[in-house]
Amino acid sequence: MQLHDVWFVLIAVLWIGYFFLEGFDFGVGVLTKLLARDRAEKRVLINTIGPVWDGNEVWLLSAGGATFAAFPEWYATLFSGFYLPLLLILVCLIVRGVAFEYRVKRPEENWQRNWETAIFWTSLLPAFLWGVAFANITRGVKIDADFEYVGNLADLLNPYALLGGLVTLSLFTFHGTVFVGLKTVGDIRERARKLAVRVGLVAAVVALAFLSWTQADKGDSGSLAAAVVAVLALVAALGAAWKGREGWAFAFSGVTIVAAVAMLFLTLFPNVMPSSLNADWNLTVTNASSSPYTLKIMTWCAGIATPMVLLYQGWTYWVFRKRIGTQHLAEAAH
Amino acid sequence: MDVALAPETLARWQFGITTVYHFLFVPLTISLAALTAGLQTAWVRTEKEKYLKATKFWGKLFLINIAMGVVTGIVQEFQFGMNWSDYSRFVGDVFGAPLAFEALIAFFFESTFIGLWIFGWDKLPKRIHLACIWMVSIGTILSAYFILAANSWMQHPVGYRINEKKGRAELTDFWLVLTQNTALTQVFHTLSAAFLTGGAFMVGIAAFHLTRKKHIDVMKTSLRLGLVTVVIGGLLTAVSGDFLGKVMFKQQPMKMAAAEALWDGEAPAPFSVFAYGDVDAGHNKVAIEIPGLLSFLANDDFSSYVPGINDVNKAEQEKFGPGDYRPNIPVAYWGFRWMIGFGMTSFAIGLAGLWLTRKKFMLPQHLRVGDDEVPHLSLLPGKVLGPTLTKWYWRIAILTLGFPLIASSWGWIFTEMGRQPWVVYGIFQTRDAVSPGVSQGEILTSMIVFTSLYAILAVIEVKLLVKYVKAGPPEMTEADLNPPTKIGGDPQDADKPMAFSY
Repeated sequence: MQLHDVWFVLIAVLWIGYFFLEGFDFGVGVLTKLLARDRAEKRVLINTIGPVWDGNEVWLLSAGGATFAAFPEWYATLFSGFYLPLLLILVCLIVRGVAFEYRVKRPEENWQRNWETAIFWTSLLPAFLWGVAFANITRGVKIDADFEYVGNLADLLNPYALLGGLVTLSLFTFHGTVFVGLKTVGDIRERARKLAVRVGLVAAVVALAFLSWTQADKGDSGSLAAAVVAVLALVAALGAAWKGREGWAFAFSGVTIVAAVAMLFLTLFPNVMPSSLNADWNLTVTNASSSPYTLKIMTWCAGIATPMVLLYQGWTYWVFRKRIGTQHLAEAAH
Repeated sequence: MDVALAPETLARWQFGITTVYHFLFVPLTISLAALTAGLQTAWVRTEKEKYLKATKFWGKLFLINIAMGVVTGIVQEFQFGMNWSDYSRFVGDVFGAPLAFEALIAFFFESTFIGLWIFGWDKLPKRIHLACIWMVSIGTILSAYFILAANSWMQHPVGYRINEKKGRAELTDFWLVLTQNTALTQVFHTLSAAFLTGGAFMVGIAAFHLTRKKHIDVMKTSLRLGLVTVVIGGLLTAVSGDFLGKVMFKQQPMKMAAAEALWDGEAPAPFSVFAYGDVDAGHNKVAIEIPGLLSFLANDDFSSYVPGINDVNKAEQEKFGPGDYRPNIPVAYWGFRWMIGFGMTSFAIGLAGLWLTRKKFMLPQHLRVGDDEVPHLSLLPGKVLGPTLTKWYWRIAILTLGFPLIASSWGWIFTEMGRQPWVVYGIFQTRDAVSPGVSQGEILTSMIVFTSLYAILAVIEVKLLVKYVKAGPPEMTEADLNPPTKIGGDPQDADKPMAFSY
């Protein structure tokens, strides 16, 4: 295994980390409209991810930065090619971050309501758009001999990609619902459990369709194994949610996301961004990667930093391990 | 295509707008994190309530500010790929590494520990909670270091070779990229300017409350901390600025000649106080100068030769082929002056303030005030300023809170525009850096979207800051004064409301 292969795996790990973590906090954002019955419950939902969403989002910045360093060509083609969808994602992430922080800074109902609406949309849209982006990467897009994206916006909104978007949206919402079941007390916890089963069924249907399509189109035995794990884990998560085993439900919905994203990366390898125009124009781990020296330095950095990040982020989850309900909300607007 | 709307022009405007905007929050974030951590340390060590109140007050303003810094930073991470894909392809092997280091080390630090700090008041024992804000502070400083090392490589590329076959720069010595003198002096200069900024912010807001005789105990402490920070930060900014200037005279003589509107080399070279010139003809029409000073700034003696714009342009034409290697001279010239002018004005105001409000033991008995009184402003031993002068000093002190922000904006505009037409000095030009596949319409769209979004958020942010500045420090509650002893909160408090919730 050469260094650029290692880095393919590491980039996959960073994206998987991002989708696992921000997956549930996007889901929680969506639930502010789907699950909460009143504004106090919306607040409870937002506070389940309050201390952690920001750290979760850094997984995206790390994936982006590491792609720039390890696969500059991939970084350049991807972000200049998927320009407008990425712009929309960035706008969402900007507004979303500000919304969490500023919502409680004024007591006026209008102010808070507007930020709550913002949280819903800026969670829903990226949850959908990341699926569209990754489905397109897997499927291959119009890339020319200079590694430039030559398609247009409409090319990115093909049925397969839109189905991919629905998969991430529904999976993240499911992941968020079981997370809420794990983190709350009272009435909302019960309703989260019931909703989890319904959302999970929807997720199962679209995920099964998408994974089968991917497997039929691009799959090999490795991707088949990952797809089977993803589906089985989703079924297990559904069963656990049904039985009220919240911890297991969350663990299995996590495994679903890990395995599903891993499957996409497995079908991709050794390409990083295949061209739908000509297989000679594919961006691959070899022609898109940095020099061995840079990859070596990056390996040291990621090899030391990532386990440490997992440790202290894990510790954060332990510090804020207590379930919260409406009775725990701080009174005044701070 | 019309030059004014060419993708290169638009992409440069977008980078300028988003980066200057982002950098309004960066220096405040860096300095307020450390200052808040310092105040909280004082609280933990002395248990004086005013320090806790100050921590909460400045911490709140810090959080309103860092939220904007974080979200506008996301754009920075991705716009290289969006608008500057050919730049990314050319430099990724070198430039990507410090960026990835920044994300993997610094951003994770900042973002994880900021969550712990915001929500941790009733979940973490005092000292661990304090450690979290220090971790945030370390994160902000590391972040500055890595990104400035990356920028320094654009100013002065080292530790690389050009791979002709792949058409890109490749890293050969990462340690050199991290430790070259350009990087070290830029980090020194930027960090000290950041503390000048945060200090001035504190001085301005503390002065605002003191003129209204509100929250005097907290604001007197803050004023003093702010003044000391301004003076030390300002002094170090000047010293590091001198270092950086000398480095730049060697590495980018064009930038420094442009900063002085020095058209033709001279020995000794004068420092320009005011100049108005004809860029096409390559000379000044009006020039007021201090003889020899520029030679001193460049080389530490008053008589040495400093090359002019026309000389460097000719030398670069010989080296790199035909072309115009001059940056926008008026922008470089005035940017340099606004940077120094605004920065040093706030330093002077801070220095004056530190003297005027000097401590009890330096004042005669009748001028001393109690802890709950606004300090007298005493210029000469035994005398206080009259009411008009006093009022004006406080007014100016309030005004100074924006000065370092103006200074650092111009500093960046100067150093980045002064490097043009190069994006990586001497090896890669800006016109070759833009994304060839991105259309004019797309860049225009994103520029309009970001600019209007940023404008709206600026209004919201400033209004919030004003609201919380005016509100002053919060009253302490029972819970504030009795932090938990166990990680995760004390068991008997399990059903109490959170100390803070979104």
